[in-house]
Amino acid sequence: MGDQPTNHSQRDLLRLATAGSVDDGKSTLIGRMLYDTKSVLADQLSAVEAATAARGGGQVDLALLTDGLRAEREQGITIDVAYRYFSTATRAFVLADTPGHVQYTRNMVTGASTAELAIVLVDARKGVLEQTRRHATITALLGVPHVVLAVNKMDLVGFDQAVFDAIASDFTQYAAGLGLTDVVAVPLSALDGDNVVDRSSRTPWYTGPTLLEHLEAVPVLRDPRTEDFRFPVQVVIRPRNAEHPDYRGYAGRIASGVVRVGDEVTVLPSGKSSTVVGIDTFDGPLDEAHAPLSVTLRLADDVDISRGDLLVPAGSDTLVGQDLEGTVCWLAERRSVLGQRVLVRVGTRTVRALLREVNARLDVESLTVEQWHGVDTLHAVDATDTSSDASPQALALNAIGRVKLRLAEPVALDEYASHRRTGGFLVVDPVDGSTLAAGMIGATLLDRLVVDAPADENDWLAGAGI
Amino acid sequence: MTAITTTPTQLDVLESEAIHVMREVAGEFERPGLLFSGGKDSIVMLHLARKAFWPAPVPFTLMHVDTGHNFPEVIAYRDAVVEQHGLRLVVASVQDAIDDGRVAERADGSRNPLQTIPLLDGIASHRFDAVFGGGRRDEEKARAKERMFSLRDEFGQWDPRRQRPELWDLYNGRHKLGEHVRVFPLSNWTELDVWRYIEREDIPLPDIYYSHDREVFLRDGMWLAPGDWGGPRPTETLETRTVRYRTVGDMSCTGAVESIATTVADVIAEVGASRLTERGATRADDRASEAAMEDRKREGYF
Repeated sequence: MGDQPTNHSQRDLLRLATAGSVDDGKSTLIGRMLYDTKSVLADQLSAVEAATAARGGGQVDLALLTDGLRAEREQGITIDVAYRYFSTATRAFVLADTPGHVQYTRNMVTGASTAELAIVLVDARKGVLEQTRRHATITALLGVPHVVLAVNKMDLVGFDQAVFDAIASDFTQYAAGLGLTDVVAVPLSALDGDNVVDRSSRTPWYTGPTLLEHLEAVPVLRDPRTEDFRFPVQVVIRPRNAEHPDYRGYAGRIASGVVRVGDEVTVLPSGKSSTVVGIDTFDGPLDEAHAPLSVTLRLADDVDISRGDLLVPAGSDTLVGQDLEGTVCWLAERRSVLGQRVLVRVGTRTVRALLREVNARLDVESLTVEQWHGVDTLHAVDATDTSSDASPQALALNAIGRVKLRLAEPVALDEYASHRRTGGFLVVDPVDGSTLAAGMIGATLLDRLVVDAPADENDWLAGAGI
Repeated sequence: MTAITTTPTQLDVLESEAIHVMREVAGEFERPGLLFSGGKDSIVMLHLARKAFWPAPVPFTLMHVDTGHNFPEVIAYRDAVVEQHGLRLVVASVQDAIDDGRVAERADGSRNPLQTIPLLDGIASHRFDAVFGGGRRDEEKARAKERMFSLRDEFGQWDPRRQRPELWDLYNGRHKLGEHVRVFPLSNWTELDVWRYIEREDIPLPDIYYSHDREVFLRDGMWLAPGDWGGPRPTETLETRTVRYRTVGDMSCTGAVESIATTVADVIAEVGASRLTERGATRADDRASEAAMEDRKREGYF
């Protein structure tokens, strides 16, 4: 195992996220993966040994490998998403380490947005807790395709198969209800290293993969041939020099699917169509290219295309509209205000928008959704009236809610559930530019969890401890 | 013409991501600059920028923060690359900043910490609203929490609590007048990835990255090269060693490692087997304290 300098040319890359708190041994587990894949070098280890000694000594605390900022070390907490890198002979891993304590929703949503796999950690002594269910819910909400249930601290329950089986069954059943179908449970001890990288002799009853074996085996991407082609245009390449006087190419990264020379494509939102006549790269032209490669496309016709446009296969029934409905996670300290003016960023396009409605909210404590009949505020609410901050139809930091946004111009709107690479959006404050919320277009897990709204709105207020 | 039929490799994905980030900057900002030191990370960034906009020229101005104590081989490389690709280079000089009193020379002779003021002044005077840096998250613990797009206030300061969450590949580069955004397209690369990419793309580097004989002296466990910057002290003795550099920074605090690696493949084998990180092995400035990098980042360092 370890990062072999040879045999790397075909190595691929898996992005994953971890969810769990320090109490579950998450930092220790990550430290263990880094250590056992030889991704921790001597100077890093000696720094951790020194830090362990400075805190009173004892067994070297692998968790200290992952605590980056001074406040985190001083307070023994993790503030922010941290990215870790380790690799084996066949695969490199980018791990988003999301903290369990502070602002976990915001951080977990961020980490999960790019992850193909999520590791949900539980303590074998405690089993599936509310927190575990929250982590599974956010994993499902963000559409992470693969889940590993890491049942940690098996050493503290005597490596008892019955304990593991009960937890695995409990979680798998719950996850299935969220639509998470690819769940693999692994019994392990991060502290001792059982079944993390190396197979444990203390779990002879376990025949599945070790955690790392599974991470190496899981498919990195869906087959691009099964996905719709999507190409958000980033910049127009026009050299206008002696060598390339008339060159005009559209540069972008293929978000999903495959493009071939000769393909008919439609430009959204304009709806104009043309034919791909060239797929250009610095290294030469291609006949076909697929996600996630960055290329430059040339088209047969001189159609008007600029940054913000989306190229899709001709004949696609992609919705173009000015009314965006979706689920957002509110990321700002300031609450949402009905009627507030925002910017919405979809793909490479940014448009002005109004927050018209918040009509449901996911209570991440009880994991229920409360909804009410939205009030269309397009013409009704004075956005400068700050008293509406206190409205139940506002979203506070870390709240997850269903919203309607009215966009100033038509935009191509892909459903997140079927187009994870193009169906996400940001809500941005037009004044200071901060990111207010991140959202997913169309129906999401939230819609599956809907329960009837309480008759009395005050009851709902009292119960919503977000 | 070739058809791509296999799963993209790790380097394909990292390259595509970095190109995507560079094109986002070109699309969203008015005056982007690219920090170019002649070090391998900035050389890889420049290579990616050339690929991202081909056949158009690189749409960014290069800026070099010159400590005045750079390796001459690196300065020669820098000037040759600028000439070869018809690029625009501006230099922010630490010596100038010392001469006009904006910063003061330190007792230990190291000019690495002195780079922050000329860097910020350079960003302000050229009105850069986005500045590419070659920082990687694997380099150091504080960098592990850095964003691709990292907002800096009008003092160039990094506030870890004010960083924007980054979801999917939607980078938010909006900023107020006077603020700027540092952009790190190599965030997800490791030292080995950089070397493997240099090998794959056959990118030339300054010679000092490869093994050569050099007069050096030992200080603080590091092999330093003599120069105008002030080394060696009378108590330190020069000797000839076979060395190479893993990073190229200010001569006063960038150590050479003993090495017989004369090719990229040799270097990759050596880095793969190394038990020290490149900063731990060769950067005196990061050894100062457990939070040395965090402190410098807060002040506006690279």
